[in-house]
Amino acid sequence: MSVSERPNAPPALAFTDVSAMRGGRLIWSHGTFTVPPGGIVAVIGPNGSGKTTLLHMVLGLVPPADGGVEVFGGRPGEANGRIGYVPQHYAESSGEAVRAADVVLLGLTGYRWAFGRSTAAQRERVAQALAAVEATDIADQRLSTLSGGQRQRVALAAALVARPELLILDEPLASLDLHSQHDIVALLARLHAELAVTILVVAHDLNPLLPILDSAIYLLDGHPHYAPIHDVVDEALLTHLYGTPIQVAHTPHGQLYMRSTL
Amino acid sequence: MTSHLIALGYQPHWWPILTSAFMGNALIGGTIVALAAGLIGYFVVVRRTAFAAHALAHIGFPGATGAVLLGVPVVVGLGVFCVGGALVIGVLGKRAADREVVTGTVLAAASGLGLFFNSLATKSSSTVTNVLFGNLLAISQGQLVSFAILLTVLGLSVGIIYRPLLFSSVNALVAEAKGVPVRALSMIFMALLGVTVAMAVQAVGTLLLFALVVTPAATAIMLTPRPVRAMAASTAISLSAVWFGLGASAMFNLPPSFPIVTIACAIWAAVWFSDRRRRVAAQAMDELIGGSTEMTAPTTPASATSGI
Repeated sequence: MSVSERPNAPPALAFTDVSAMRGGRLIWSHGTFTVPPGGIVAVIGPNGSGKTTLLHMVLGLVPPADGGVEVFGGRPGEANGRIGYVPQHYAESSGEAVRAADVVLLGLTGYRWAFGRSTAAQRERVAQALAAVEATDIADQRLSTLSGGQRQRVALAAALVARPELLILDEPLASLDLHSQHDIVALLARLHAELAVTILVVAHDLNPLLPILDSAIYLLDGHPHYAPIHDVVDEALLTHLYGTPIQVAHTPHGQLYMRSTL
Repeated sequence: MTSHLIALGYQPHWWPILTSAFMGNALIGGTIVALAAGLIGYFVVVRRTAFAAHALAHIGFPGATGAVLLGVPVVVGLGVFCVGGALVIGVLGKRAADREVVTGTVLAAASGLGLFFNSLATKSSSTVTNVLFGNLLAISQGQLVSFAILLTVLGLSVGIIYRPLLFSSVNALVAEAKGVPVRALSMIFMALLGVTVAMAVQAVGTLLLFALVVTPAATAIMLTPRPVRAMAASTAISLSAVWFGLGASAMFNLPPSFPIVTIACAIWAAVWFSDRRRRVAAQAMDELIGGSTEMTAPTTPASATSGI
């Protein structure tokens, strides 16, 4: 039974009149929306509109300036054991000397104090997480020897190893070539179906993700809104959102895509 | 053969020197410093704080000259300045973009202060040489006791914070999201680094400290990506540099810091060259086969993922 079928499951996210400040400046306000569990949700908006701040608020790393945020019915931060997080620029920001398998193991035991050897059960979970992202063959390689797409898989495995109910991905497709983008999107679709995990994903280029998205949180004129993806992929809305003329088109195969008409 | 060696400064009676009481202190002191350097050096390299380690050694200089001026033990002055300087760098250099400038500025301010203290003192030239280049042979019984206490504190601290510290070193944001107190750990690490530097300065001096704290750890990380093995390898390299260096200093009547640093750097250079050759060979092999590993990732049957 997937999360979304559970009758009394609390919403994944519930924002009530929330405002966000960064460096003493109000970046968005009056965010009131509810995200049900189980979907793949994009977070979109132009540069600097506060997408990462929104993710950090869900993780409890940034407090709301005003209003109330609930994550799985609790305060932000309380549910972080149920959240897997892959930050922006993961590839550049990570220590490079360590092996992929060690990075994934840290996702399971990294917050525990005192020196301790990993157990066979923990190593098995690490192997399963690496297998889930099709990265078994690079388990023993150093991060520094991996390509961007491979590192993104390792980051996903490190987020998945604690068996999260919510995956938060900040620009997982940035700086990947088209082939790797396609692979990661296919992987996300498969993980979503198999693990019944809710996915919150920040993306600049929506096109590669459009086939798998259910809905989106969009930051329009300094206010976050939530809507099904088909309502968001609208020429007038996207043109307003990005401040540049955007056309929505259908491929002969029935797929949606958007493009700037400048 | 022997005459050539004597021309090099060879001391035929080096064994009694090596087994004398002051050499015993030097061996014990050098061993403790090598253990501390091996433990902390790994994190210095993984956290990319090598410049801070280098700067802290220099920040200890005014501490040592100031201590001579005030008539307090040099260890105390070194400890206060190294740990204090580490905390200042830790507080002001939170953002990676600021860290290098903050570190360099604190380093410059401390060096100026060191020069000033030195100009006030009248008979400190041997102390200055000892602080700049270290002198394991001058280690006293009292210093050994303080070394042993500091190493115990260091070992216990690293034992407790090992996993969260490694987690926050690999990716601070992910660790923070998992509830790891990243800021506090960063400050604790800087304080531990300050303690290690204050000890190591007495062994190899401010100018050569890098070769005992950072170089062996960097060598070890080239040899193995596994954290615990890297720490063990780093400690082993530091230990052999100290032991063989002291042996060479007894044999050839050299200041011990010179052979110690030379051995550590030579091991680094040897490993660096063989690592580079291996990587070049691996790359050539990849090009020969003509396939990047990216494309050859095998697809895993869906059943393998159901446990996650």
